[in-house]
Amino acid sequence: MTFPFVLRMARRDMRAGWRRLFLLAGGVTAGVTALVAINGFTANLRDSIASQARQLLGADLSFEARGPLPDVARNALDSIAGTESEVTSFSAMAYAGASETARLTQMSAVTGGWPFYGSIETTPASAWSQLQAGRHVIVDPSLLTSLGVRPGDSITVGETRLQVIGTIAAVPGDVGVRNAFGPRAFMRGADLDATGLLGFGARVEHAVFVRLPPGGNAQSIAEKWRPRLRDLRVRLHTVADDQARLDNALTRLGNFLALVALVALLLGGLGVASAVHVHIRGKLQSVAMLRCLGATSGQMVGVYLVQAGLLALAGSIAGAAIGLFVQKALPALLGDFVPVDVVFHPSWAAAAVGTVMGLWVAVAFALLPLLEVRRVPPLAALRQDASARPGGRDWWRIGTLVALGLTIVLLSIWQARSLRTGIIFAVAVLVVLAMLRLAAVLLMRVARGLAPTLPFSARQGILNLRRPSNQTNTVILAIGFGAFLLATVLLVQHTLLRTLDVSSPSSANANMVFFDIQPSQLAGTDSMLAAAGIATSPSVAIVPMRIASVRGVAISTLQADTLREARWALRREYRSTWRDTMVSSEALVTGRWWTGPAGDTARISVEQDVAGELGVSVGDVIVWNVQGTLIPTVVASIRTVDWARFEPNFFVVFQPGVLEQAPHTWVTLARVPSPESRGLLSRRIAERYPNVTSLDLTLIQGAIATLLGKVTLAIRFMALFSLLTGLVVLVGAIATSRFQRVREAALLRTLGASRRQLVTVALVEYAALGVVAGLAALLLGGSAAWSLSHWIFQVPFSVPVGSAVTLVIATAVVTMLVGLWTALDVARQTPLGVLRGMLE
Amino acid sequence: MISCEGLTREYQSGGQPLTVLKNITLSVEAGAFLAIVGPSGSGKTTLLGLLAGLDRPSSGHVTLDGVRLDTLTEDGRARLRGERVGFVFQSFQLVPTLTALENVLVPLELLGRSDEPRARRLLASVGLGGREQHYPAQLSGGEQQRVALARAFVNTPRILFADEPTGNLDAATGATIIALMRELNVAHGTTLVLVTHDQDLAHQARRTVQLSDGAIVSDSAA
Repeated sequence: MTFPFVLRMARRDMRAGWRRLFLLAGGVTAGVTALVAINGFTANLRDSIASQARQLLGADLSFEARGPLPDVARNALDSIAGTESEVTSFSAMAYAGASETARLTQMSAVTGGWPFYGSIETTPASAWSQLQAGRHVIVDPSLLTSLGVRPGDSITVGETRLQVIGTIAAVPGDVGVRNAFGPRAFMRGADLDATGLLGFGARVEHAVFVRLPPGGNAQSIAEKWRPRLRDLRVRLHTVADDQARLDNALTRLGNFLALVALVALLLGGLGVASAVHVHIRGKLQSVAMLRCLGATSGQMVGVYLVQAGLLALAGSIAGAAIGLFVQKALPALLGDFVPVDVVFHPSWAAAAVGTVMGLWVAVAFALLPLLEVRRVPPLAALRQDASARPGGRDWWRIGTLVALGLTIVLLSIWQARSLRTGIIFAVAVLVVLAMLRLAAVLLMRVARGLAPTLPFSARQGILNLRRPSNQTNTVILAIGFGAFLLATVLLVQHTLLRTLDVSSPSSANANMVFFDIQPSQLAGTDSMLAAAGIATSPSVAIVPMRIASVRGVAISTLQADTLREARWALRREYRSTWRDTMVSSEALVTGRWWTGPAGDTARISVEQDVAGELGVSVGDVIVWNVQGTLIPTVVASIRTVDWARFEPNFFVVFQPGVLEQAPHTWVTLARVPSPESRGLLSRRIAERYPNVTSLDLTLIQGAIATLLGKVTLAIRFMALFSLLTGLVVLVGAIATSRFQRVREAALLRTLGASRRQLVTVALVEYAALGVVAGLAALLLGGSAAWSLSHWIFQVPFSVPVGSAVTLVIATAVVTMLVGLWTALDVARQTPLGVLRGMLE
Repeated sequence: MISCEGLTREYQSGGQPLTVLKNITLSVEAGAFLAIVGPSGSGKTTLLGLLAGLDRPSSGHVTLDGVRLDTLTEDGRARLRGERVGFVFQSFQLVPTLTALENVLVPLELLGRSDEPRARRLLASVGLGGREQHYPAQLSGGEQQRVALARAFVNTPRILFADEPTGNLDAATGATIIALMRELNVAHGTTLVLVTHDQDLAHQARRTVQLSDGAIVSDSAA
């Protein structure tokens, strides 16, 4: 190959047609933008985590446990030279004298100098330093609003009153969505006992934070104590561990979003392939002539490959540049999930990788249509009808197809940073593309059958879908994929939110839960609810317990032998109940439900997944440690539980007559119609029984909806780039066929077609493309969302009809608008001008 | 310079074999001016394509400037054309995105050479001095064909194939083109093979081969 010739020809040939080819470059721009933005953001995130890691923990080392720290942990702490600070966290109802409601608040009682690194920002700024000076509390501003109090006022927590001395502005390591589930408040540890809330049944988290003297090695201390403390359910955190864990979790989030972005790039690749295909079609005569003059097929492929590569490079560099700007906007979108302040700096590595990926994808997709150049016979310069050389098995073509498939798989694996996820993703992308392709083929089939029955303009529009070198495939693939992503996100979000819906008036579900009710308080709460005329379901007892042995093997022996993943089932605290019947959210898998009184060994029913983790089946014996008393049980049945329902569900249910004497608390569910009465009720109960927690499920539902909304917004933002790419490809498809369209329009004009007819022709064509792309996207998105609902979230699938129809209509309208723009442009040309070849 | 033996070309047409050329044997000496004439569909262009190595015969073989074409690959034949053959087409076949000068330079550049002064001289010799930077769309049909002529001679080919070079031109312009071709033929000693159904043009050739229905029906020297 004479390379200078190839370069020179490529450059000269581009001079004239660069505007049209510009869209080829634009195809990869949106994809590269999305990739550079998200990968750059992830890089910024990791840097920020690295630089803020110490502030996240606020200490060098921490010991954390549910309930008081055991003696071994205390001994360990005594042996460490350093400064300690203790933080006790629990949930409590807070209310004020004047307030008509009580709010479930996440309390943290601080003793000592935590945080040792970083600081808790408050308003006024001096509030934190005043916390320990009296019965003070610093709260989230949202608590003030909902209780109607101001700084200086007092709030009641448990049996004590605390004075609000300021509000929380920022806590290092907190994610923005954290307080969605209830406002936070800081008090001093000295007031903890006065609340009277740490009695039986309370869920309390104890943490001791340690600042080591200079030269102290937190990691070696953690490694020394962790094995012994693990079995006692004490968790040790160090800055390095937390950093690695966060890094891992957030990078995975970034990688997931980058996969969504990768779709945009792959669609851009399709756009490149289609643009190159059309570009090459216009060059066949020149190629044939150059072949006559002695150009080799390799040289000719080279000329157009260089062009495609140069344009793709330009498009990718533009995308990388825009991506750096978009990256700056991402913290606003994702900041709430991230426990650090993401410091923006341009990530040149992400920009470079994005540019290379853009170029790679463009060239890989361009090669397939470019190979057609090799088959142009020189004879075509003499006779128009000379057909392409028939080839036997075309190894180049096969090789290119393999390279293209590998490109998709390799980029997916690279972006997912996981072989399995990458391959699944690549296969899913290929399946969706194949299905969209099928939709396009069906559309063209239908067009052929439908056309003869239509009036002139509609017929022309429909027939345009099957014209020679039509772009029906490309447009449906490109537009459809973006719409598919949006449809999937929309449907999954709707399905999840619907499952949690307790707010609709028609719903009979409970919308309030009262828990931690002591046995002595049960009659009192019941009568309070009955007096208020509120419907309740029967109260449910909860008994905390742990496993002592399974099938005669002690828990300590089992833990040593068990895989890490299964350990939680052995180690966790079970909250079990007793019942003589099953409830509607349960279904029996094996064994039988009990009838009659308990025998010597109590019978239990175990949830299927836990039974699997524990490796037990019907007839096996499990011994439970219930507050120090060992209770042997035999597995009578295995059952499934629908966890998605807002109901008290249990891993383990005992037969009645066994646990009644064990220490337990009660849970009551109620349906309270108005938000005001829910507020008032929680306030009254908090006043009378400070230890009882009331949970307004509509608030939780709202919090989940907010959280889900933020997650889906981020995904949708990335999916929008796919739709954007789809539109660029659509514009490109129209632009590349503009010449043909203008000629046809001129011919129709000459024969007497009106401007209106010409516009109608275009509108019908694009409406058909848009509707089919939208419908196919909805069907595919529906299938994907159904699969996710069924297999991953395990909730019943439902379709929001209104939003689904809107999605299809929106897709069609956007497509039509782009079509209309061309149609008007085409209709503006005068027939004579076109027929003389005076175009432009 | 050119010889062929037993040249036959069949195509599949509607599932039936269609023989376009039947057993053609022909020899053209160096420096000759040969016209291939005949009615439409008689196989003229097919014969030209086979002689120039643009297509492969169903049977028989072609020797071009001492090289058996059937021993070469597609790219080998392309190289041979680039070095020794020039072309003039009925529809000019200029690259629309290149200027007149750049179009003339293409054959040289394919060989990895460039000789802009020569290209300019050739353009001037066909009467297009000063039009070097014009694009094909800015030239008339006759002017485009003159650019094509300049291009055909730029690498001093030993053989020039011309397929209906005046077919798309009016009579006066066509005559100018033919005169130019003859001049160049004489000046460079180039072998000229011309396909035409224009009898006047054919009469200017020193030898005329008449085809009918894929076979040679007469072969006469002027």
